Amino acid sequence: MAAEAPSFYVLEEEHHEPGGATLLGFWIYLMSDALIFATLFATYGVLSSAYAGGPSPREIFELPLVALNTGLLLVSSITYGFAMIAMHDGKLRGTQAWLVVTGLLGIGFVGVELYEFGNLIAEGATPQTSAFLSAFFTLVATHGLHVTFGIIWIGVMLVQLNQRGLIGENERRLTCLSMFWHFLDVVWIGVFTFVYLLGVLR
Amino acid sequence: MSDATHAQANHGSRRTYLIGFLLSVVLTALPFWLVMTSALPNQTTAIVIVIFAVIQILVHTVCFLHVNTRAEGGWTLLAYIFTAVMVLIVISGSLWIMYHLGTNMMPMDSPT
Repeated sequence: MAAEAPSFYVLEEEHHEPGGATLLGFWIYLMSDALIFATLFATYGVLSSAYAGGPSPREIFELPLVALNTGLLLVSSITYGFAMIAMHDGKLRGTQAWLVVTGLLGIGFVGVELYEFGNLIAEGATPQTSAFLSAFFTLVATHGLHVTFGIIWIGVMLVQLNQRGLIGENERRLTCLSMFWHFLDVVWIGVFTFVYLLGVLR
Repeated sequence: MSDATHAQANHGSRRTYLIGFLLSVVLTALPFWLVMTSALPNQTTAIVIVIFAVIQILVHTVCFLHVNTRAEGGWTLLAYIFTAVMVLIVISGSLWIMYHLGTNMMPMDSPT
């Protein structure tokens, strides 16, 4: 072949994550999910002082419980990060172990949240009490529901990893789940700041 | 995939995750501490914790979600910025409109 033969194609492949367009598509889904949360935050913001004679945030929010929950979710973010690092190192056992830890932290988070909801409802602060509480339960429970589905997804990935190991498809799925999980943590930053901390300040 | 492509791949190293985690711990703990101890006047605390929340969201985006100008040819970043603008418009727009609506509709002092 002649040395000066021109090449009309890009020799250096751009870097693509395994899964190609799937990851970008999943990212777009997360962004649309962010818009759902934006509307729920807006609803909460508008209704946050419509107590209708019911309790105010300061009377019912227990910050130590929220701090515990925030800690659980924050730690679960980094343990998922370690799972991803183990995955890229090709360590199947390490990936599974970190996923289990992440899942348990997630279960702890949902458990504490349900305990908090249980307490609120026992005190009579139910979603039916006031517009503030309706908006509060809708926003926080939607986030909690996302975390619950994240935990189910982690369980499914553990089974798939067990059956097929670290194949390309599983790496793609784990990368999507990684984005999902970290995205939920970002939403939680909004929840604990705007709902709980600012609520108690009010 | 070869190790060479992996090295420049779009996922975090242990270091980015640890930096992100340490920053978020500080950015989470301080607001909780400020609110629970009432160390500052309420108004100042409110401003500080909102600023901290914005910084923490950015830290998570960069360190955990690995959004940068190179990932997916910049499309994730573009979608992210677009969404951020939409989120801001939806939230601030709703609050703005409903606040004024509430003010204009207010006088209802006689409970019926």
